[in-house]
Amino acid sequence: MAECHPVGFQWVTEAKARGAKVVHIDPRFTRTSAIADLHVPLRIGSDIAFLGGLIRYVLDNELYFDEYVRAYTNAAAIVGEEYVDSEDLDGLFSGFDPETRTYDEASWQYEPEEPPHSSSDDPPEAAEQERSEQHPDVRHADRAQAAGSGGPPIPSKPKRDETLQHPRSVFQILKRHYARYTPEMVSEVCGIEPEVFLQVAEWVTENSGRERTTAWVYSVGWTQHSVGAQYIRTASILQTLLGNIGRPGGGIMALRGHASIQGSTDVPTLFNLLPGYLPMPHALQHQTLDDYVGDAAGKAGFWGNKRAYTVSLLKAWFGDAATAENDFCFDHLPKITGDHSSYQTIAAMIRGEVSGYFLVGENPTVGHPNSRMNRFGLANLDWLVVRDLQMIESATFWKESPEIETGELAPESIATEVFFVPAATHAEKEGTFTQTQRVLQWRHKAVEPPGDARSDLWFYYHLGRILRERLADSTDPRDRPLLDLTWDYPLEGETQDPSAAAVLREINGTGPDGRALSSYVQMRDDGSTTGGCWIYCGVYADEINQAARKKPHREQGQVPSEWGWAWPLNRRVLYNRASADPGGRPWSERKKYVWWDEEAGRWTGDDVPDFEAEKRPDYVPPDGARAQDAIAGTDPFVMQGDGKAWLFAPAGLVDGPLPTHYEPAESVVENGLYKQQANPTVEFIEGPWNRANPSRSDVFPFQVTTYRLTEHHTAGGMSRTLPYLAELQPEFFVEVSPELAELRGLANGEYATLVSARTAIEAKVLVTERVRPIRLRDGTVVHQIGMPYHWSYSGISTGDAANDLLGIVLDPNTHIQESKASTCDIRPGRRPHGPELLDLVESYRRRAGVASGRVGLNGRDPVEASAGEGSTQS
Amino acid sequence: MKTWLDAWPVFRQLTGPDPLGRGRAARSRATENVVSRTATADRVVQSVCPYCAVGCAQRIYVKDEQIVQIEGDPDSPISRGRLCPKGSASKQLVTSPTRVTTVKYRRPYGTEWEDLDLDTAMEMIADRVLEARRKGWQDEHEGTRVNRTMGVASLGGATLDNEENYLMKKLYSALGAIQIENQARI
Amino acid sequence: MTSISSASPAFTGNDPQNRLYGPLPDVQGEAGYDDDHPARVGFFTDTSVCIGCKACEVACKEWNLLPMDDSHGTRDVIGLSGMSYDNTGQLGANSWRHVAFIEQVRTVDLPMPTMGPPSHVDAPRGTGHTGAPPADALGLGADEVLSAQTSVLNAEALSEFDPQTGQSGADKQVRWLMSSDVCKHCTHAGCLDVCPTGALFRTEFGTVVVQGDICNGCGYCVPSCPYGVINQRKDDGRVFKCTLCYDRLTDGLQPACATACPTQSIQFGNLDELQARADARLATLKAQGVETARLYGRDEDDGVGGAGAFFLLLDEPEVYGLPPDPIVTTRDLPAMWRAAAKGAAMIVGVALTAVLGSRRAR
Repeated sequence: MAECHPVGFQWVTEAKARGAKVVHIDPRFTRTSAIADLHVPLRIGSDIAFLGGLIRYVLDNELYFDEYVRAYTNAAAIVGEEYVDSEDLDGLFSGFDPETRTYDEASWQYEPEEPPHSSSDDPPEAAEQERSEQHPDVRHADRAQAAGSGGPPIPSKPKRDETLQHPRSVFQILKRHYARYTPEMVSEVCGIEPEVFLQVAEWVTENSGRERTTAWVYSVGWTQHSVGAQYIRTASILQTLLGNIGRPGGGIMALRGHASIQGSTDVPTLFNLLPGYLPMPHALQHQTLDDYVGDAAGKAGFWGNKRAYTVSLLKAWFGDAATAENDFCFDHLPKITGDHSSYQTIAAMIRGEVSGYFLVGENPTVGHPNSRMNRFGLANLDWLVVRDLQMIESATFWKESPEIETGELAPESIATEVFFVPAATHAEKEGTFTQTQRVLQWRHKAVEPPGDARSDLWFYYHLGRILRERLADSTDPRDRPLLDLTWDYPLEGETQDPSAAAVLREINGTGPDGRALSSYVQMRDDGSTTGGCWIYCGVYADEINQAARKKPHREQGQVPSEWGWAWPLNRRVLYNRASADPGGRPWSERKKYVWWDEEAGRWTGDDVPDFEAEKRPDYVPPDGARAQDAIAGTDPFVMQGDGKAWLFAPAGLVDGPLPTHYEPAESVVENGLYKQQANPTVEFIEGPWNRANPSRSDVFPFQVTTYRLTEHHTAGGMSRTLPYLAELQPEFFVEVSPELAELRGLANGEYATLVSARTAIEAKVLVTERVRPIRLRDGTVVHQIGMPYHWSYSGISTGDAANDLLGIVLDPNTHIQESKASTCDIRPGRRPHGPELLDLVESYRRRAGVASGRVGLNGRDPVEASAGEGSTQS
Repeated sequence: MKTWLDAWPVFRQLTGPDPLGRGRAARSRATENVVSRTATADRVVQSVCPYCAVGCAQRIYVKDEQIVQIEGDPDSPISRGRLCPKGSASKQLVTSPTRVTTVKYRRPYGTEWEDLDLDTAMEMIADRVLEARRKGWQDEHEGTRVNRTMGVASLGGATLDNEENYLMKKLYSALGAIQIENQARI
Repeated sequence: MTSISSASPAFTGNDPQNRLYGPLPDVQGEAGYDDDHPARVGFFTDTSVCIGCKACEVACKEWNLLPMDDSHGTRDVIGLSGMSYDNTGQLGANSWRHVAFIEQVRTVDLPMPTMGPPSHVDAPRGTGHTGAPPADALGLGADEVLSAQTSVLNAEALSEFDPQTGQSGADKQVRWLMSSDVCKHCTHAGCLDVCPTGALFRTEFGTVVVQGDICNGCGYCVPSCPYGVINQRKDDGRVFKCTLCYDRLTDGLQPACATACPTQSIQFGNLDELQARADARLATLKAQGVETARLYGRDEDDGVGGAGAFFLLLDEPEVYGLPPDPIVTTRDLPAMWRAAAKGAAMIVGVALTAVLGSRRAR
């Protein structure tokens, strides 16, 4: 955190000064470790084992927050008889199909309270059953994607055992599942001493409960794994058991890495989502609006209003053209049929299936794993538009990429037309960034952008305007969505920039009177309201740009509610109803946050209550209640279908209902916990440009991880080009231990070459005691290499691209790559250049028993490439 | 006469309370006229740092329509006026002489960049979007209606703000483009 | 009516008012400022909370429009230093803040063997700051450096002992010290005292600043600094160093580095308040068992009369590349002048004697 979010770290140093214990759990010794109370240097890729050990410690020693767990979680729910845990299947769960490498989650379901309802009176179950029956070929990942953030529907209410003693209760399953995660096992798998683990366990549990809370902070060190989603799940289970969710000083904080990466997820430019975590319609599931909202029809919680959110979005986009008669233009939305994430798209480009690509402030030929494969993708486009501030590598691949030198690419063979269209900086345009705590902050425009530089708002508005003008007379139904689009924003200034405030107001939404809505609960499914992103509804309440509020913190209390605006509804701590006991009283005076005021008949406190303000703690939903009305007064997790925190996930994850330790796809170690080595459902992308290193291979004997440095920003376009940052970390380097340096003859400050089945790169070596080898009990020595990934050939500070070394292996839930754990070889000296580089890598592949990685023209498959060049789409 | 003499440091040194000439007597004309760039700015604009997701507030000082200083905004409850090295380098980011501020065009099989004016580029891009959309259009996929194009894809960085992401998703969806991605997945 | 004030101690050979050495309660007054001058300001750099982010270096360069070091933005001129994360190296004309990174390691006795050479104190191998001699070379055995700790496994004791101690669970214990160095704005500033042109001067805030419109690049000040701070810019010839953001102070702002510093490792303020804060911080750390904590430049009886920019360090000053006992280079100026005066008197005497003698002889 000190390394990549130094200013956020001020709050950690302040907490430490007040007596908080700071523990840093990371294979890498960073600037955070330097001032932490304890650094736990666990082995790369072993976090679930560590966290699982903590869960076991909490359960075994009965240190969980008993009242919280019983009231607010699904611990008492009973799981069906068909469920078999990984404990009994050596690392697999019931329902696994080895052929498709997918799970059927049917056996993970709860045991219903009473025999299943008939479809007619239980729409979610009916919808679920119908989908499964009609389309057995829908990939399970697609179904998880289709759930949006509301989670999957729960077909039935579970049977419960409030004593938590039933052998099939979630609580007992949890205990059994984590029974083998003993301190000794943790220490063996993670490569740390049991005493260190116990120290962390003591601190975490001593600082949890009524009077105290513990917070966890993670970043892509957890997400960029083939089991990334499950890393976060493990922390969620631990924090839920300890009663640390929804309470001040608790929670799990995702420290995100870019100015509005949270906003880019909320108002997504992601293939599987519409704004507000509504799923992108799936062709096999969502042909009509009724299909699309079917899963929410009888759902408890605020996702029960999915239809109102969807209709408001469609009204915001298609205006008067969207009517009840035409399903509010639902059919105008294109449909997805699987994983269309960027890695699959790159592979499709190489196959010649994609004509045009927009890169908007992104530099994938440096910042994405297997950058080399990304370059091959770009080389097979018809055209590419790059919008950036500086001439980044992704715009110059056709003349400067390393593959030019090896002869795999040449300007003369690349048909891609490239447009570099300069962009405006943050100071040259207005708008909102959503930062890592979900707070939207408005930026005022300081100056006009120079020359032809323009905001991306300008670019997309005017591109849309031109396209609509071109098609104005079209009668082709395919052009209808574009022509029906609401696309009339006030234009400002000399450059005719659209008004960002007007766009933000559209995102907020309007009511029947045309005025800005103040809350998403005002949204209707009859077409009388609009709203581009329901969770952002309220940001323009009272026709005021609430994100632009900048009341100084000195004039506010501990919860600075008048600085910017947090979604949803300006709540700063999510699920904060859990900061009070089931009766609505604060768990303790010390940890008082939101509580029920009996006299006033409403919830009150330091923050905006994340609960219906007037719903009494003793409210019990009547039969047939739906949406938020089906949430009891004691259910704080209002976005979940049952209002409970899920210790066990009966649905929604494609790789198991409980987090389980698997080794990374590329590991130098055997899984010490189960026979199953790696995540059985991991997603691969096959091709000569994406060969995998075999696990436990003598040819690729070292574990390698990638990371950032304080002095640089991601792929470097905003830092390697700046003198003041470039000089602070002027060259690409890798960090190795003195032991590995000795083993391989590496010298501090000299070059080394790193080799994988993808390619070989060179870097300066920094020999440091901060990197340490790990000796496992069986005598295996694990050497780990640290590799900051900021560099490539452009800018002031240069070097090879670390991401060239990595392959693409994906978490099947999120389609995020495992860039935190892979393997390689390292040797002293510089790498060969030209065709010799290809020979070197091919010799490694041969020795490791990996298929050839030789590619044809422009990186295409050697055989297919001979058939032609450029796009094959016609 | 007195003023003229006072302008002579040695006179000040010999006659004033600074006999060693190390302080008041040594002050130069530039020192007497020193002024902070923050004081002479025409306006101060409130903004937010474009690097990581902490969301540190910035104050941007503008003089003659040029940015002369960017520093932390002490009013922010998030950052309390502090900035990291990247945030501190924001002015260099914005005013960098290596920024590309005109359109560059590389034709198929071309070996060099060419210049292009912005309006022409926008029209050319619009042509290509329509053609790519047509080439990659699918009414159906494996027998199911999808009304989409696989010919156009997009990848955005996460420094795009909410309004920009919103217009992008809206326009792409209306075009039928679904391969729309962002750094947020990385 | 102006009157000629008392003569310079340099000429009289007397320094009863500590104008060249020793404690000086009012540096601005001594430099001729009226009694209502602002309070003396300075920096307290608490290295125990420094996270080595280098925001200070960049914020300083942005505000003061300093050139990039050496390379001036030219590609391939800069390179990796190989000294931990320090690629700035030292303070200079273009780097007025410099963050030092010192990696220290000591071997600890563990029940479970892991990798590494057998038990011995292992000095940093080319990974530390070049200015920092290895711990054992300083005669600091590991046990002295990190004395209270018997086993790394007792993490609680570890944290009580040293807030910066990190890596546990290894046979080696790693400590990574970071410290942002800067011009000390000495009470007795050698650079200022030797400057023949009056380019260096004492401001009304008690800081020491180079006036670019006066400096002629003679360079006398460069060797006169006991810390090696002030330096000439190659392509310019004049000398440059930290001004404590003199211009910002006139607008009521803090210096750029202190404004940016995320963890308040760099604190700006009135010197007396900073000194009180530093004393309290030291007491807290001592109470937590951080025996190696110490203040550097805080003592007004030291060789520069106390520094306007002082530090809380977690190890010997040499470890951070700081001189252990800096002495203003003009300390002996009065004595030198006395000696010179004596010499001159003797020469005069000899000459007179010779003349008179010769007359007598005549």
